[in-house]
Amino acid sequence: MTHPPYLYPDYASTVLRAPSRPPLPMKDDPEAAELTGPVFGRGEVDPLDADLTAGHAGEPLGERIIVTGRVLDASGRPVPDTLVEIWQANSAGRYAHQRDRHPAPLDPNFTGAGRCLTDGEGRYRFVTIKPGAYPWRNHPNAWRPAHIHFSVFGTAFTQRLVTQMYFPGDPLFAFDPIFRSVPGPTRERLVCAFDLDVTEPEWALGYRWDVVLGGTPMEDA
Amino acid sequence: MTTPSQTVGPFYGFALPYAADWELAPEGHPGAVTITGRVLDGAGDPVPDALLEVWTGEAGARGALDRAGTGACGFGRCGTAADGSYRFRLVPPTRPYLALLVFARGLLKPVRTRVYLADVPDPLLGSLDPAGRATLLARPDGQDAYRFDVRLQGEGETVFLEF
Repeated sequence: MTHPPYLYPDYASTVLRAPSRPPLPMKDDPEAAELTGPVFGRGEVDPLDADLTAGHAGEPLGERIIVTGRVLDASGRPVPDTLVEIWQANSAGRYAHQRDRHPAPLDPNFTGAGRCLTDGEGRYRFVTIKPGAYPWRNHPNAWRPAHIHFSVFGTAFTQRLVTQMYFPGDPLFAFDPIFRSVPGPTRERLVCAFDLDVTEPEWALGYRWDVVLGGTPMEDA
Repeated sequence: MTTPSQTVGPFYGFALPYAADWELAPEGHPGAVTITGRVLDGAGDPVPDALLEVWTGEAGARGALDRAGTGACGFGRCGTAADGSYRFRLVPPTRPYLALLVFARGLLKPVRTRVYLADVPDPLLGSLDPAGRATLLARPDGQDAYRFDVRLQGEGETVFLEF
């Protein structure tokens, strides 16, 4: 099993939201609309949207990082021209969202949302700052490990993926039910790798993380 | 080595919504219909922080993100309001259904289902008992309008699909 279960009681919000019945397998419909998906044009995505440190009056506070990698299909083939969206907390662990009540400072120079299209080899690349950990109310003294939310489309609606990328060696992994909802060693796929080759001297630390989308039923057959 | 899913969380709202994201077709577009409904949890309470995505299976000429160009588009997105409600304006596709994904805090992976705009002979509808079938049928709600609620859990639980 790659994906977490719907019901994972350690993550309290799953209890009233997890469906009680397993989903119905759809294997025999080669004409299904879900085997296709939306296409996003080059002209629709501003290349500047991939730099989350830009677009404000000044530089955001925090550790400047580069996050790059490839989007691949289940056979390891690159997925070009697909939309990747990210969002995250600032370096203090605060989201630019009105319902985030964590008493950490907002950064007027950081919103924390970006997007890009993968290039011809399936590569994406973002410049941002390393997000901070933050508390939540799931259980006493609960803290989320630092993470960046990723939304990836792929070529079919069946491949649609929303996930979170974590940073290596985070001491909060052992206590985070969202990370731990992914079975066993599979959860390591959510952790990026520090990469000195991606790191730019005198500028930003580099991290590498590939996203592998699930297959369509026809490919699995 | 598929990348595992994680919840969209409660704070997607400043990042994922975009202008006219729920308007696959512009206002007044010939043949366009409106679909509204609510997302409800296992206690029957509204889910105020869900994100729905619809795909008609037909790309169309209108931009999926920038909504530029004429005509309609096949992709839309809508975050739920405080009362759990969402809306889409779209042109019904040739297929009798729309593909729907629901993301939310508390959903470690999205639920997916179909919104059938007509009760027609169909392999999926035909495989379901009447109660399950009813959960996939949008209810006509006035002229060019439909209602479709998503019940994540419990009585009237929507039939969810896995590909």
